[in-house]
Amino acid sequence: MLSDRASWGLKAAAIGGLLFLHLPILLIFLYAFTTDERTYQFPPPGLTTQWFAVAWNRADIWPPLYLSLKVAVISTAMALVLGTLCAAAMARASFFGRDQISLLIILPIALPGIITGMSLRSAFAIMEIPFSTWTIVLGHATFCIVIVYNNAVARFRRLSGSIIEASLDLGANGFQTFRHVLLPNLGSAMLAGGMLAFALSFDEVIVTTFTAGQQSTLPIWMLNELVRPRQRPVTNVVAIAVFVTTFVPILIAFYLTRGGSETAGGGK
Amino acid sequence: MGTPARSRTLLMTNAVEFLSVSRLFGTVRAVDGVDLSIKAGSFFAMLGPSGSGKTTCLRLISGFERPTGGTIRIFGQDVGRVPPNLRNVNTVFQDYALFPHMNVRDNVAYGLMVKGVDRRTRHAKAEEMLALVKLDSYGDRKPAQLSGGQRQRVALARALVNEPQVLLLDEPLGALDLKLREAMQDELKALQQRLGITFVFVTHDQSEALSMADTVAVFNNGKIAQIGSPADVYARPRTRFVADFVGSSNVLDPAMTRALGGPEVTASLRPEALRLVPAAGATLCGTVTGLRYLGPSVRVTVQMPFGVLGVMVPAGSPCPEPGSSVCIDLAPDALHVMEDE
Amino acid sequence: MTRPAILAPRGPGDRVSALFWRHPRLFTALLLAPPLIWLGVVYLGSLAALLLQSFYSIDEFSGLINREFTLATYAELFRPQNMDIIIRTLTMAAMVTLGAAVIGFPIAYYAARYARGHWKAMFYLGIMLPLWSSYLVKVYAWKLILAKEGILNWAVDSIGASFILSGILALPVVGGNSLSTSYIGTWMVFLYIWLPYMILPMQASLERVPTSMLEASSDLGATQFQTFRTVILPLALPGVIAGSIFTFSLTMGDYIVPQIIGNSARMIGQAVYQLQGTAGNIPLAAAFAVVPILIMLVYLTIARRKGAFDAL
Repeated sequence: MLSDRASWGLKAAAIGGLLFLHLPILLIFLYAFTTDERTYQFPPPGLTTQWFAVAWNRADIWPPLYLSLKVAVISTAMALVLGTLCAAAMARASFFGRDQISLLIILPIALPGIITGMSLRSAFAIMEIPFSTWTIVLGHATFCIVIVYNNAVARFRRLSGSIIEASLDLGANGFQTFRHVLLPNLGSAMLAGGMLAFALSFDEVIVTTFTAGQQSTLPIWMLNELVRPRQRPVTNVVAIAVFVTTFVPILIAFYLTRGGSETAGGGK
Repeated sequence: MGTPARSRTLLMTNAVEFLSVSRLFGTVRAVDGVDLSIKAGSFFAMLGPSGSGKTTCLRLISGFERPTGGTIRIFGQDVGRVPPNLRNVNTVFQDYALFPHMNVRDNVAYGLMVKGVDRRTRHAKAEEMLALVKLDSYGDRKPAQLSGGQRQRVALARALVNEPQVLLLDEPLGALDLKLREAMQDELKALQQRLGITFVFVTHDQSEALSMADTVAVFNNGKIAQIGSPADVYARPRTRFVADFVGSSNVLDPAMTRALGGPEVTASLRPEALRLVPAAGATLCGTVTGLRYLGPSVRVTVQMPFGVLGVMVPAGSPCPEPGSSVCIDLAPDALHVMEDE
Repeated sequence: MTRPAILAPRGPGDRVSALFWRHPRLFTALLLAPPLIWLGVVYLGSLAALLLQSFYSIDEFSGLINREFTLATYAELFRPQNMDIIIRTLTMAAMVTLGAAVIGFPIAYYAARYARGHWKAMFYLGIMLPLWSSYLVKVYAWKLILAKEGILNWAVDSIGASFILSGILALPVVGGNSLSTSYIGTWMVFLYIWLPYMILPMQASLERVPTSMLEASSDLGATQFQTFRTVILPLALPGVIAGSIFTFSLTMGDYIVPQIIGNSARMIGQAVYQLQGTAGNIPLAAAFAVVPILIMLVYLTIARRKGAFDAL
């Protein structure tokens, strides 16, 4: 007989695996309170909350934070428009080149980030485009499109196709149908896609290092601190800020799409 | 509504006309050169198996499909360039297609809202329609909180509030259980008679089509196999397909028709036109091979020397055992000659 | 008659909608145009630029890019030190994939077969949240863990197991001075970061194994182990392959983890990054970046044949 209950070994391995996935993050929180700023000594010799104030007053943190927020907001907005348009077109009846188009949308996340980054870098070099906020946005919006697209297309699939026809049938034109029927049903999926795109853009570092030049986003600032640490607990405070800034939108996205399959397997 | 003059003009007008209409999907001829006219104020059923083109015809009327060839007229006007939202035709969808994010009242009032009717008027109208379908107190509920039958009524009210010239119903009773379906059949018929609106009804259920419609069009392979009154289609099927699909006729090949005393042609023979008779004096005898109880009657399968026949015997009357010999008799006009397909 | 059969258009909205209705392809084309122009120009254009750059070369004296077609840059990839980088990267990607499959399987199996209700939701979130949460923060966490004075060494010392750790670090090639400067350390961090990408497709393919099939197997007399080996594993394989696409590709393209945790030996990602940046040799960087593309194309072709895309 096949038992309906897992063996202790399997259970332990599964729970152990989950702990392996989650415990390391907690250390980030712990080290933000340590009194030791030169090493990563464990257990911490003492606890203090001073680093939050120190981080707040560090002038070199704010410009990267603003840049990251700016890039994430612009990229998300562009991805929302482009990804939703694409999903709407793909939800319609089949047309020539459909499979090729879906491959093209997936490609920016299917290939490693370094390829997207290096490709953009090559293009900037050939066309002699100077680095700016917009060169960063170009890269981020490209891989954010697929996140929004995945969410929107899954929702289109779940919507009863005939509600759009029902709206037209009842006398609404295309624009009224979009406003009164499509948008209310698509809205939460778009919001979820936007949240995930924001989170992804906000902490993206690999593509960004190729498209930023001398500019510094918050993840690039963190990366520099990792390579050449100064006040280590300050880096932890920033890491917590980055973690929370991405974690909250992700949780909201899950809440918005629960019961659906939008975000499942939607790898970055 | 209801003056003799108006009724007369209505009866003389065609609500919908198809002039050699075709609709191709790739190379598939979903609708293949259909000519059709639906009288204003009638209850018209499109009957056929799935894939026969009946639903595509309905979608051509509503405007969700555009004809590949031919002309469609609604009340005399060519609608070739008229999108669905500008056709005064409404649909009750097979899955009802209620808007999940709106309550029942807003669903019903939707058509009025997009036409710019003010909130109070459209809500009053919606309540009126909900009363018509006996859902007076359900306005605040969401579609998800309704049963299948209730959703069906909301879909009906939502379509009717627009006072359409033609109401299209796409298998609207398909998702309901038998009891509810029968009740809704009666209600729909009564509603249609009361409102005088042209109803075009798509179904694959022949008893539903026969019991409700004034006119039935039987579809097969994108073409109309037969069009006529229910009695006509039932009693005088034009082709083998119609005889097979509508009811449970015996379809006789020429040799069998000959054996039963008719000319040597393909014919149909209704099982209820046959009677079991005592062996004395009878010439047509065979062996009972099966019995099927159908409630009010029993269908007896008889193996005759020239083929198999189905005979309908009223329940309660004496019924032969399987394996026993029986003889049959038929009325002289029971054989109906059919065209070759 | 109460109302006409055909209504007049009431404004520009109706007219534009009617135009789209009469020309549905025009509408689809209009919807697709902005995203396709974006992806076509920005993304495909960049990929083309990457290819183009890889056929340029660098002038050794001036350090300027020589915009003439040449295969010399690709030839440079075959120098021993560059081949080392490629082989090292592929080995690491393969090891990470293997490790992720082994560690991920029990989690995926438990979540798919046994977890119910709240537990199921917990497992789902428990896998999805680490997948989505900040990459850099996760890498940083491991810098803290693997530091010499950090929690791992402390824990190992506390339970008196430091001789085991020293033994592991004494291993040739994969060992090193400490975990944070060894291949083992790099491998562990990669494993941690990409593990959720392996679990999710595996779980998806395991969910599709109907319980009745397992019952049928045991009904036919298979032991639990036989059922596992002959029914569950083959059915989970497409999920493993799908997951491996992620773990392999992501490891291959990463340059941050080996830069922060590991010894000084470089991987493809680091080579690309350094060549385009400090070295200013964009053509060679581009040629290096083409390597993962080619490998992934081969990998995807094989995966497609094994039916891995159904599990995505």
